[in-house]
Amino acid sequence: MRWVWWLVAAAVLVGAPRLLERAGLPPVSLLETGLLAMTPLALAAVGECLNEKAGLVNIGLEAIFMVSATVAVWFAEVGRSGYTGLLGGAAVGALLGLGLGAVSVYGRADQIIAGMGLNVFALGFVPFLLISLWAFPGIHVFPNELMVPRVSTPVGQVSPVTLAAVALAVLAHLLLHRTVLGFRIRAVGEKPEAVDVAGLRVDRLRLLTATVGGALAGLGGAFLPLGWFGALVKEISAGRGFIALACVVFAGLEPLLALGAALLFGLADGFASAVAVTPGVKERVPFYFVAMIPYALTLGVVAAVIGRRRFPSTVGRPYARE
Amino acid sequence: MRTPRALRPLTESLATVALGLVAGGLLIWAFGHSPVAAYRALAVGAFGTREDLLETLAFATPLMLTALTFAVGVRAGLFNIGAEGQMYLGAVGATFVAGMVPMPAGVHLAAATLAGMAAGALWALIPAVLKAWRGAHEVISTIMCNWIALHLSMYLAINFLAEPGRAERTVPALPTARYPVLSEESTLTAVLFVAVGFALVVYAYLWGTRAGYELRLAGENPDAARYAGVRPERVVVLSFVIGGLAAGLAGASQVIGRPPAWSLYATLGNVTTLGFDGIGVALVGRNHPVGGILAAVLFGALAQGGRLMEYEVGVLSELVRALNGIIVFAMAVPELWTLLRRRLAR
Repeated sequence: MRWVWWLVAAAVLVGAPRLLERAGLPPVSLLETGLLAMTPLALAAVGECLNEKAGLVNIGLEAIFMVSATVAVWFAEVGRSGYTGLLGGAAVGALLGLGLGAVSVYGRADQIIAGMGLNVFALGFVPFLLISLWAFPGIHVFPNELMVPRVSTPVGQVSPVTLAAVALAVLAHLLLHRTVLGFRIRAVGEKPEAVDVAGLRVDRLRLLTATVGGALAGLGGAFLPLGWFGALVKEISAGRGFIALACVVFAGLEPLLALGAALLFGLADGFASAVAVTPGVKERVPFYFVAMIPYALTLGVVAAVIGRRRFPSTVGRPYARE
Repeated sequence: MRTPRALRPLTESLATVALGLVAGGLLIWAFGHSPVAAYRALAVGAFGTREDLLETLAFATPLMLTALTFAVGVRAGLFNIGAEGQMYLGAVGATFVAGMVPMPAGVHLAAATLAGMAAGALWALIPAVLKAWRGAHEVISTIMCNWIALHLSMYLAINFLAEPGRAERTVPALPTARYPVLSEESTLTAVLFVAVGFALVVYAYLWGTRAGYELRLAGENPDAARYAGVRPERVVVLSFVIGGLAAGLAGASQVIGRPPAWSLYATLGNVTTLGFDGIGVALVGRNHPVGGILAAVLFGALAQGGRLMEYEVGVLSELVRALNGIIVFAMAVPELWTLLRRRLAR
């Protein structure tokens, strides 16, 4: 069943550029946009793979995207550099991840409700922050020189953050499957009591993955304005935090597969924005339907694969000593 | 201080709200305003005059319904956070019947209300079916449905329901499809009674019928429910449909039950975020339909009072939504109150 979906994905990958070329849009720009759209999804999804392997769930990725994006632009303006912004965004993401991890580990919170609390908080806090920091509602355009510059590669202009995302996915894979720490992370998700009996700290391992996962999502959030859009709007992430969660599920918690899933969704996003501007097509397809493409694809993928993935036995459940 | 066991949920809910207010106060203070002045304005704005009180109830009306959506989901063991999208389509359905299908008075109002509820329930069927037969995680699928609903509703509002010459909103509801305004000094209409009535009907259904019992059993103890022969797919679909009806009614209430626009804005601005706000309302109301009604009045007061807070003290009313999130976050931590009780008992 799964190979059918990989076939469909491959067909889309091969077919879509042909169609676009005939419609007057070069496939290179589709790939460029696709890689840009892939980046935040891949970062958040790779971090969440680690987090869920250790037995926690972070439904608040969307909130981390929103808050980190906003704070990152502020950091970039204060430090006069896009890279400062990226660092600031990652730091804020790490803090939010740590906070959510702490209430999950020590407060034994319902992780889905706590994560949704974070999302609702961001829904109000980000517009509040936008006006408080820049005295203008809903949108903020920052100087262009704060953008993280893109570099030329064989596949077009690529952001260094994109390259970092790919590298981090590989690193996360190696960490999980080739190191002692990775073994412990997987063990703490499957059998926390065994890890506990072995004399290791369940709480610290889980706080570690929650923080790292938050930092990666924060980097992804900071990338949205500083590496991609060039401006800040109050709903900048537009559901991408949840699409990243879908990538995690699609990948069965494997970082490399999550990267692939993020590329698939990124290309769908790139495809949507390409259709929205292509002459001859944009007049015929209402923008509203084009805008639905990434969400509809996510819905389809979630319906197609979930239910047959195996998750760590304690994912989402707090651990307590008997 | 010891509280009787029966009052514990109430005291815990109120303590969580207080915690949220304190955290919000810190935020207000951090951004250079006086928390005391801000909360004073908020309280006066919400309860100061009869007019304010009625307006608080007008804000509470959609919240008790979207809270019901989340609460029924939780009772069935599901996280239905799709009230937002179901509400958009409910508003669209109600706008269509109320604004474009002339009918005799009385019938028209009922038809527009039912159209909104039906549209919400139909939209809720998508994640319900995906959950029941494909095992798709309802948190992801309902959020995706929300975004699709946003674009679909804007498309429908702009292309099929727009008022000629006014791009910013849809045709207004015809006078025959408007809930009577209860008092000229506020935007409160009789739709409040429909909302409260619907919540009570859901309460009676969940606690008084076999299907309702099965739904709650499936949420509390899925294994026991399965042994008792409860079909999980039925529970999923039932809880989503009830939730969709409630969310659809919430959307309809903002079109045919809320002056002065009596229509849907093309940006959906008069309904957006009411669905997400319902999550906090449901949790503070302990995922109980009646608790949700009471909690909705509290959150309605925050929404209404927030306007005066913004006007008088300059603290943005968006902060109220951030507060809501903090309250949800705190409600997720059961240990908080256990720890606190232990400390107090010492």
